[in-house]
Amino acid sequence: MSLSAIIFYILAATIIIFSILTVTSRRILRAAIYLLFVLVATAGIYFMLNYQFMAAIQLTLYSGGIVVLIIFSIMLTSEVGDKFERPALWKLLAGVSTFIIGTGLTLWVLLSHVFKVSDQQAIDVNMRSIGNSLLSLHKGGFVLPFEVISILLLAVMVAAIIIAKKEEDNTKSDEI
Amino acid sequence: MHDRIYDFSQLTHHIDQALRSVMSPTWTVITELVIIGLIFLGFYALLGLFLVYAERKVCALMQNRIGPNRVGKWGTLQTVADLIKLLTKELVYIKRSDKFLYNLAPFIVIVASFLAIAAVPFAKGLQAVDLDIGIFYIIAVTSLGVIGILLGGWASNSKYSLIGAMRSGAQVVSYELSVGLSLLSIVIFTGSTRLSTIIASQADGWWIFKGHIPAVIAFLIYLVAATAEINRGPFDLPEAESELTAGFHTEYSGIKFAMFFLAEYMNMFLVAAIATTLFLGGWMPFHIGHWDAFNRIMDYIPSIIWFFGKVFFIIYVIMWFKWTFPRLRIDQLLKLEWKYLLPLNLINTIIIAFIVMMGWYF
Repeated sequence: MSLSAIIFYILAATIIIFSILTVTSRRILRAAIYLLFVLVATAGIYFMLNYQFMAAIQLTLYSGGIVVLIIFSIMLTSEVGDKFERPALWKLLAGVSTFIIGTGLTLWVLLSHVFKVSDQQAIDVNMRSIGNSLLSLHKGGFVLPFEVISILLLAVMVAAIIIAKKEEDNTKSDEI
Repeated sequence: MHDRIYDFSQLTHHIDQALRSVMSPTWTVITELVIIGLIFLGFYALLGLFLVYAERKVCALMQNRIGPNRVGKWGTLQTVADLIKLLTKELVYIKRSDKFLYNLAPFIVIVASFLAIAAVPFAKGLQAVDLDIGIFYIIAVTSLGVIGILLGGWASNSKYSLIGAMRSGAQVVSYELSVGLSLLSIVIFTGSTRLSTIIASQADGWWIFKGHIPAVIAFLIYLVAATAEINRGPFDLPEAESELTAGFHTEYSGIKFAMFFLAEYMNMFLVAAIATTLFLGGWMPFHIGHWDAFNRIMDYIPSIIWFFGKVFFIIYVIMWFKWTFPRLRIDQLLKLEWKYLLPLNLINTIIIAFIVMMGWYF
């Protein structure tokens, strides 16, 4: 077995084990940390595929952004000793059966599909080509979706500020 | 032009060849990884010792004192003695804390700064990995450090730690924006995020000189925002002695406290190294236009000395900040970022994009 295969299996095992721990842990902050491990290991797989841009996005957005937000909200709402109650039996059964059906379906599709090995040259995905195609107006460019998402994000941010903004009357806080 | 500068990749290439002749390719890779890891660990420990000593000396200089002067010549062994003291201290375990997360937190902080150091170019050809995403990679992995701080504060089950961690989190997350945007300005100038390309583009002049006033503004914003991001004075609110004791690491002792402490100094080194690489030309010698004799003499100074000289200069400036400026209050701190630095940075970025579009830089 080659070195990259060994590293792949280590990363894959990490992802599987910590994914299971994320949903089975009864302590909410631990679950968030297990999720962090899953996301970091996924970034590792992107690095193995030489898709470095995606790996860095995975680290900044998911690990550094979303997990930090999750931890923040947990920190404000729960304490060290808090534990979830055990789920009811029917919820457990429903969850397990969904898991079995989902896994079975995915495995069936994956195993029955014949993967063709492409003989085309691997494309070098560097930041320059990603940036160019994101803002390209020509065929294969993504400028429209890019701008639509920008407007959506802007709207979300404005909405968030309006929700978080204090009322006009009690703004007389301790301004210096 | 830069043939006179010694290229460290010759040395590393020789080592690689020697290893390959003795063992199989797989074992060569593993051995090289172990060697690089050990070098970085040693570097980390020594640099930590040196920076703590330097901090105490700089502090003493600012306050008109002598500083440590009893242990060893000029007190140089003071930090070694402090280290031995720290390592022999008892590890205090708190009841009703989340043991797993409590123990994990210092490791996350240290791993985040350790990951980032892999991409730092120390000298010509002396860089562990030269990623295409270079600077973006460093921003990405250092953003993980704040998770360790948040966890440490929460898992200690102490009010001081929790408030300290919340402050630290808010501070790091907000100032990350300014750091990223100010670094983006240099990426716009070079058109690349690969660190070796960024350094190569500064062969005829550092970006702080070539990029006109916008580059200087970006550099200043970077210095302020980065100082805030590594929780150092005058932005050291997470560790406010008067109201929060020691902030998020109040409940840590012995080696676990030492890890937080070391990570703080390593992050300071990283901040200085990034500033050096992007704004001050990395390991590039100082050149003035067509003064060939002058440039030639500058080339004889090894690139590694140029790098560390610039890094320690910036570290000195950051320490200078800490010991001369009064601390900010938490609301002033957040106001500084969101109301002043961020809008200024956005306008600056647009100006730089315009300059680059018109080709108005050297």
